[in-house]
Amino acid sequence: MIYLDHAATTPVAPEVFEAMAPYLQGEYGNPSSFYGLARRARGAVDEARERIAAYLGCAPRELVFTGCGTEADNLAIKGLAFAHADQGRHIITSAIEHHAVLHTCRSLEKYHGFEVTYLPVDRDGLVAVEQVAEAIRPDTLLVTVMHSNNEVGTIQPISEIGALCMERKVRLHTDAVQSLGKTPLKVDDLNVDMLTIAGHKFYAPKGVGALYMRRGVKLANLLDGGAQEFARRAGTENVAGIVGMAKAVELLETRGVEDNERITRLRDRLITGVLERIPQAQLTGHPTQRICNLASFCFHFIEGEGILLSLDFEDVCVSSGSACTSASLDPSHVLIAMGYPHEVAHGSIRMSLGRHNTEQEIDQVLDLLPPIVERLRSMSPLWADAKRKGEV
Amino acid sequence: MADFYTDVVLEHFRNPRNSGELEHADAVGDVGNPVCGDLMRISMQINPETEVIEDIKFRTFGCGAAIATSSIITELVKGKKIEDALKVSNKDVIEALGGLPSVKIHCSVLAEEGIVAALKDYFDQHPEKTRPPYLEEKEKLLAAIEVHEH
Repeated sequence: MIYLDHAATTPVAPEVFEAMAPYLQGEYGNPSSFYGLARRARGAVDEARERIAAYLGCAPRELVFTGCGTEADNLAIKGLAFAHADQGRHIITSAIEHHAVLHTCRSLEKYHGFEVTYLPVDRDGLVAVEQVAEAIRPDTLLVTVMHSNNEVGTIQPISEIGALCMERKVRLHTDAVQSLGKTPLKVDDLNVDMLTIAGHKFYAPKGVGALYMRRGVKLANLLDGGAQEFARRAGTENVAGIVGMAKAVELLETRGVEDNERITRLRDRLITGVLERIPQAQLTGHPTQRICNLASFCFHFIEGEGILLSLDFEDVCVSSGSACTSASLDPSHVLIAMGYPHEVAHGSIRMSLGRHNTEQEIDQVLDLLPPIVERLRSMSPLWADAKRKGEV
Repeated sequence: MADFYTDVVLEHFRNPRNSGELEHADAVGDVGNPVCGDLMRISMQINPETEVIEDIKFRTFGCGAAIATSSIITELVKGKKIEDALKVSNKDVIEALGGLPSVKIHCSVLAEEGIVAALKDYFDQHPEKTRPPYLEEKEKLLAAIEVHEH
């Protein structure tokens, strides 16, 4: 199997698994209980919090563990909106956010009377800082713009947006789920008030995420109950998951730079190879301002799912940006916002690399892909018409 | 309804029957819209005496299901008389494929529409021929489904 879908999820690193195991078995105490077994679990959570906080450059108390990235996004956006609804009802976001942000904003519009501005992006998927500045109003509570995009990998100018937000006294949240581990993330360099991460994108297990919230940020709770997470997120802690996420961060510290150098080389080999070998293919997203592990393409005249299926037959795992794989038939909202025509957006494929991918695997994919694209094109009336007209 | 593609769907996607375009087609029908992610072109050779669909080919821009429904419907109507070909419905397509995920049902409708569109083209070119009674009925019915789908 060749796995090129690390933006969807990653395997749990063996070291992470090992670090977690005791907390699923012998060390099963509830951190909120009194006795030694429980205190050890609490200690493990505290230690994990310190490690992740240090990695992000924040204080441990500024970190809230959640069940996933989506929950952290919801907590940041709804939590801030509900806590400050008397001061303003306007939120600014971008048109290319993950649905965890986009649908949360829609929900605030639909059920809670908030107004949301969806900022456009350019052809490379970039939000313009000037447009954020123009969109800020006296009643704006929050700007939420993702750090890097999950479909095309474009990295946004978050620290510039953050400097602007600080000056204008508006809170800034960023969904950094795809960025953690791929590019340095220090909350003070980024000038953010809140930042979302999710463990399973960097070799920790699914079911654990975190929200950084700068000291002084007030959020309404989404989950009410016990006093866990400094009374900001009730519910018994996922001790093993939290310990695993901290171990995964530790691995990023020890091997991350080296991994990323290698992954970047492989990604560039993949991009160059695809564009050289397949006509009428284009790279989507910013050519340089992008996370190091992600390559996304549009293959004209065909639909992405056919490529996905054909690669699946060869045991190669990739994603299609086209929503044809999900319940919705609309093409990627990201590519549409970037100005791609619908029929081109339908032909999108995302490949995201990880620490275990090899040069041999990339070369294998580069051998497999051209005949797949060619076969699907041979069946496409759009390709036949373009050939007839001499366009290709 | 299946959650994922059946083996029959996958097999037709891998080895599509009658893919291509007839050079001297008597009838051609284009259905769907690339903007929505599906475009199907059915071309037919029809015997003017017997009104039998003697050859048929498809070209499809679309997902795996769209290619599989195109492929199977060419098999279902090839060798049939026009009036019998018009009796093949999207339900027959789904059945022949052993089921389709619910989000892909529209692909079976598209295949049925493809046949109707090609046959409509045939009778448009031959106004002297008697149109089968349910050709128009079917066009209307499918048009209604299409409105519902989008």
